[in-house]
Amino acid sequence: MDEGLKSELQKAGIFTTTLSDLYNWGRSNSLWPLQFGLACCAIEMIATSMSRYDLARFGAEVFRPSPRQADLMIVSGTVTKKMAPQVVRLYKQMPSPKYVIAMGACAISGGPFKQGYNVLKGIDRFIPVDVHIPGCPPRPEALLHAIMTLQRKITQDTLGYDRRKEEEAELVASLPVPEHGPKDLSPSKHDSIWHAAPSRKVRT
Amino acid sequence: MDTEFINGSFDIQKLAEELEVAVASSVLSIARNQSPSSQHSLVLNPEHAIRAAQWLRDQSPERWDFLSNVTAVDWPAEAVAQRQKEMAKLSQDDAYSSPEGGYLEAVYHLYSITRGLGPLVLRLQTQDRNQQTTLPSLTPVWRSAEFQEREAFDLYGIRFEGHPDLRRIMMWDGFEGHPMRKDYVEPDDYEYEPTPHDEVLKRSQDRMNQGDQPKVTS
Repeated sequence: MDEGLKSELQKAGIFTTTLSDLYNWGRSNSLWPLQFGLACCAIEMIATSMSRYDLARFGAEVFRPSPRQADLMIVSGTVTKKMAPQVVRLYKQMPSPKYVIAMGACAISGGPFKQGYNVLKGIDRFIPVDVHIPGCPPRPEALLHAIMTLQRKITQDTLGYDRRKEEEAELVASLPVPEHGPKDLSPSKHDSIWHAAPSRKVRT
Repeated sequence: MDTEFINGSFDIQKLAEELEVAVASSVLSIARNQSPSSQHSLVLNPEHAIRAAQWLRDQSPERWDFLSNVTAVDWPAEAVAQRQKEMAKLSQDDAYSSPEGGYLEAVYHLYSITRGLGPLVLRLQTQDRNQQTTLPSLTPVWRSAEFQEREAFDLYGIRFEGHPDLRRIMMWDGFEGHPMRKDYVEPDDYEYEPTPHDEVLKRSQDRMNQGDQPKVTS
């Protein structure tokens, strides 16, 4: 619809929209996060959901204790190699469409434990992440910003069959949950999910 | 309350002598701590450690009824040699004997809730680092040792005999090696670091010298 006409109609008290916009408006304002926390970032996530920061203003306060009822996974904290398979399994158990926020330095890259022996170097090695939040831990405002960013992303979704999205969902469903090897996870990442940053020169 | 214990300190020499009388040849030596904290520790003979622990808990004048902490230390042969050298510089007779070829050490911190005393530090040494790494478990005496002995087993490889449930606690079952040992070799999964320092800097320099691109996969 022509934006000018839409604006004119609005002045006359007539609001027009598309079914797709309406659908995305509803979906982006009723995100149901999965209720789980992994480390100190979870404390900030809890603070975000309480009255001072009030995540309910963005419609994302209904934390669900079951992956079957959730459509947003907030990976809040350090993902150890021991914990990673369970996180991936929970993600796979969530119904589509589903979204992931990687919260904090550990969840996006391993953070201060990156060079250690027991921490996964970022959850985006196994599951596709929509929004990364840096910080250690990020403040509640940062998480709110991530939710708003995700909402903007959701408004770009199309209604009905979307080939790209369907293919991605199929890919994720087909990938196995990683298993514990003698020293590391096996596989240590899913190549089809994780795209490495272009390598840069190491400062010596 | 016994006025003797009011100031929160106790005489470790006296305690060691009393323990020696109660359980013969249970104290190997007293490891002196030179720092201002002066938290000296008792090096116990593993063979009599359980009976010594029972005496400390039930019969000793201090009543060591609370085990607050269990941890472990890895002493490779070089570290032992280094320590002996430093000990030799000090004129006091506080050098304590230990296996020359390196050993693993379990450390227990005890408090007395009854008397308001602590900590009393106990050390148990294994015979070496790889073959004879068995120590008696003190879990039957102080239940709070259970998880922490499991942790020492997981990360250092000390086998606690008599522990009710000796499994890994931090790493997964099937994990190989004991990652807190000094000679543990991590999987080589170096990744680019914007601000490398210390060991990571050395690894990134090694990569550069090999003409490698910084490896980003694990």
